[in-house]
Amino acid sequence: MAAVCGRGLLAPLGGRLWAGPRVPLRSVAATAAPLYDVVVSGGGMVGSAMAAVLGHDIHFRDKKIALLEAGPRKDYDHMPDSYSNRVSSISPGSATLLSSFGAWDHVCSLRLKPFRRMQVWDACSEAMIVFEKDDLDDMGYIVENDVIMSALTKQLDAVADRVEVFYGSRAVGYTWPLSSHRCDTSPWVQIELADGRRLQTKLLIGADGHNSLVRQKAEIKNIEHQYDQSAVVATLHLSEATDNNVAWQRFLPTGPIALLPLSDTASSLVWSTCHEHASELLAMDEESFVDSINSAFWSNINHSDFIDTAGAMFRSAILLLTPAGTAVRQLPPSVAKADPESRVMFPLGMGHATEYVQHRVALIGDAAHRVHPLAGQGVNLGFGDIECLARHLSAAAFNGSDLGSLRHLLKFETERQRHNVSLIAAIDVLKRLYSTRLTPLVLLRTWGLQATNALPFVKEQIMAFASK
Amino acid sequence: MWGGGGGGAARAFTRALGRWRAAAVPPGVAGGDHAALSIQTGLRGTLQDYCYEIQLKSSSTLPEMKSSMLTVKRLFCTSHSSVDSKEMKKFQHLAHKWWDEEGEYSALHSMNDIRVPFIRDTLLNTSSNYDLGSPLSGVKILDVGCGGGLLSEPLGRLGASVTGIDPLEDNIRTAEQHKSFDPVLAKRIQYKFSSLEEIVEESMETFDVIVASEVVEHVADLEMFIKCCSQVLKPEGSLFITTISKTQLSYVLGIVVAEKIMGIVPEGTHEWEKFVPPEELEHLLELNGFSVKTVNGMLYNPLSGSWSWMESRSVNYALHAVKSGAQGQSSPTDALSEMGSEQRSATAGTAL
Repeated sequence: MAAVCGRGLLAPLGGRLWAGPRVPLRSVAATAAPLYDVVVSGGGMVGSAMAAVLGHDIHFRDKKIALLEAGPRKDYDHMPDSYSNRVSSISPGSATLLSSFGAWDHVCSLRLKPFRRMQVWDACSEAMIVFEKDDLDDMGYIVENDVIMSALTKQLDAVADRVEVFYGSRAVGYTWPLSSHRCDTSPWVQIELADGRRLQTKLLIGADGHNSLVRQKAEIKNIEHQYDQSAVVATLHLSEATDNNVAWQRFLPTGPIALLPLSDTASSLVWSTCHEHASELLAMDEESFVDSINSAFWSNINHSDFIDTAGAMFRSAILLLTPAGTAVRQLPPSVAKADPESRVMFPLGMGHATEYVQHRVALIGDAAHRVHPLAGQGVNLGFGDIECLARHLSAAAFNGSDLGSLRHLLKFETERQRHNVSLIAAIDVLKRLYSTRLTPLVLLRTWGLQATNALPFVKEQIMAFASK
Repeated sequence: MWGGGGGGAARAFTRALGRWRAAAVPPGVAGGDHAALSIQTGLRGTLQDYCYEIQLKSSSTLPEMKSSMLTVKRLFCTSHSSVDSKEMKKFQHLAHKWWDEEGEYSALHSMNDIRVPFIRDTLLNTSSNYDLGSPLSGVKILDVGCGGGLLSEPLGRLGASVTGIDPLEDNIRTAEQHKSFDPVLAKRIQYKFSSLEEIVEESMETFDVIVASEVVEHVADLEMFIKCCSQVLKPEGSLFITTISKTQLSYVLGIVVAEKIMGIVPEGTHEWEKFVPPEELEHLLELNGFSVKTVNGMLYNPLSGSWSWMESRSVNYALHAVKSGAQGQSSPTDALSEMGSEQRSATAGTAL
């Protein structure tokens, strides 16, 4: 009361200092759209895992999380007997992440194939490199994407009170808040769905793939490049059952061909090659297709005498220095048939967002970076993003911070960019290096590969970096 | 109300009083008014000089002043005030910059990264309720000098019921507006445009925790501030203070570097004279029924924009004290009682 009188009496004197309410003290449109703490846009492997990790985080117990997925909810209760043609190589680091919220147990109870050895060799020379762990531990796991999605869906269902999944909901528009210190308009991100529903969120995580709408709407520049290659995938059956725990990859001049173990009798094919050849492979009948695969792995047609001699010399030199430096090149198992209907192709490209974060926005997975499948790293980079972002968000939540604040989002960006940029660049360099028949480059990569193969320390570093 | 007399009259009054210690601004006056009053300007000095006394009888000779004394409770409320009007003027024009994380208050935003965990972990350690999902749920916190709510909001997000008070109305307005968009915070946090003394009568022993972060270097009367804290705090309640020490180093870093060279804080924000060395603060706290548990040094790195803990308390420091359990344990309660309710000041008989 005294204050009111004081105000009235002072008005003529202190008018300048007492201008009255500058802006109305109402919350703008906050009652209209439901407000979430985190919205993950994109319900693929990476988006679903992100939502599940946050949902299982103890510091997010009071928070509301939403996951937007454009597709319908799939029933993963019954896995078909035949293998799916889309598989991923899961690194031990990703397996650790998945087990941290209970999804890995589901994967193990469905099906997966661990592999212990990876042999990578050149088509133009004898050079090869073999990766395996000293203790013959599992180097990684080949898991069908559907199996991973089934595990993630189960774990999302387990925290349905905290994570709301919107199936059949495609986001069509995002509205960003005005500059952070203006107090008179809603400070949250507004999301508009295709069916007209609206959501608000304090933090938007874009996990919507390499054509990310979140990234586009946030006007984050993306460095991208379409490779002149497509990948052909198929499910193959081996001629005879074998201890199928090796992943094989051969660099052909047209692109790498990889055979990833699915079981003792089946393997998955990922063959990156030029678009025309890919279309041919799809159009061939099964017998020709199988013959092409076998000859791609076995034929030495691309060898040249010069390179062979140079390679042999280098190998003897290495043998002098490190007697155990070379191993015998093994041949992959031969393929007998291919599953009908399992031959599919898709184009390949490379992409990297210049920024992973902005105020109230973070990009993870393919929305942030897209790589060639030659290193089997695509989804593992995404899982690495999840682990890092979840760690920073959990700490921020435990500190009571505003989840959309750039302070901790920038820490996530710095940490991940440091890791990702070198790996993405290396994969791109390898792709280009191995796409040529030019003798000097073949010589370079032959000697390079042989040298690397002879240095266990370097190989360990590579494996450690790739399995994070 | 002082403001009712008008700025001109107040200034004339000050000049007339001259060697008298000028009347302090009673609590509850809006920040903007104080610029017109600026009563204390001529009286800079040591910390003790900031103890102003309202000579109520003498001031009643001025009819304008008397006519604006509208509420009876003012007469009993305080003889001192911890609110320093010149300090409030400094913060008036920055009232809308609170929530710009890269702006003038960026150092305070990043200080949350150490002061919130400090408060949170201390309270988690002392309580038996170890709930990581909502660590501070059930805790009633008073944030004195809450400003735009920079510290109130994180504490609210951690589950506490926070009451934030600030003597500057624009700050409260900014804080209210900022929390209004988040329904969870809007329920958990209450802001009051008030000084500490004003809420004493209605909030005796109601709070589990008081947080006074970056405030004591701006108050007029530190001892009274501490006494008021003691009154509104429950027995065994915690008091958290972060402030700047009074050393040569704090002058160099806190004034010269921070204000003049690097512009980490706006120039004129701090006055070295008002900094409080930890020993003095500890002494005042012990005298007034608190037991000091922890004092940690803090350091700001302007390059990374982040704070860290430090052994030495010669620049910034954070302090945790606990109010002693039983009432009337020691002589300080006599001093406390004169700040208390109407009955207490009437019966205690201790005059200033």
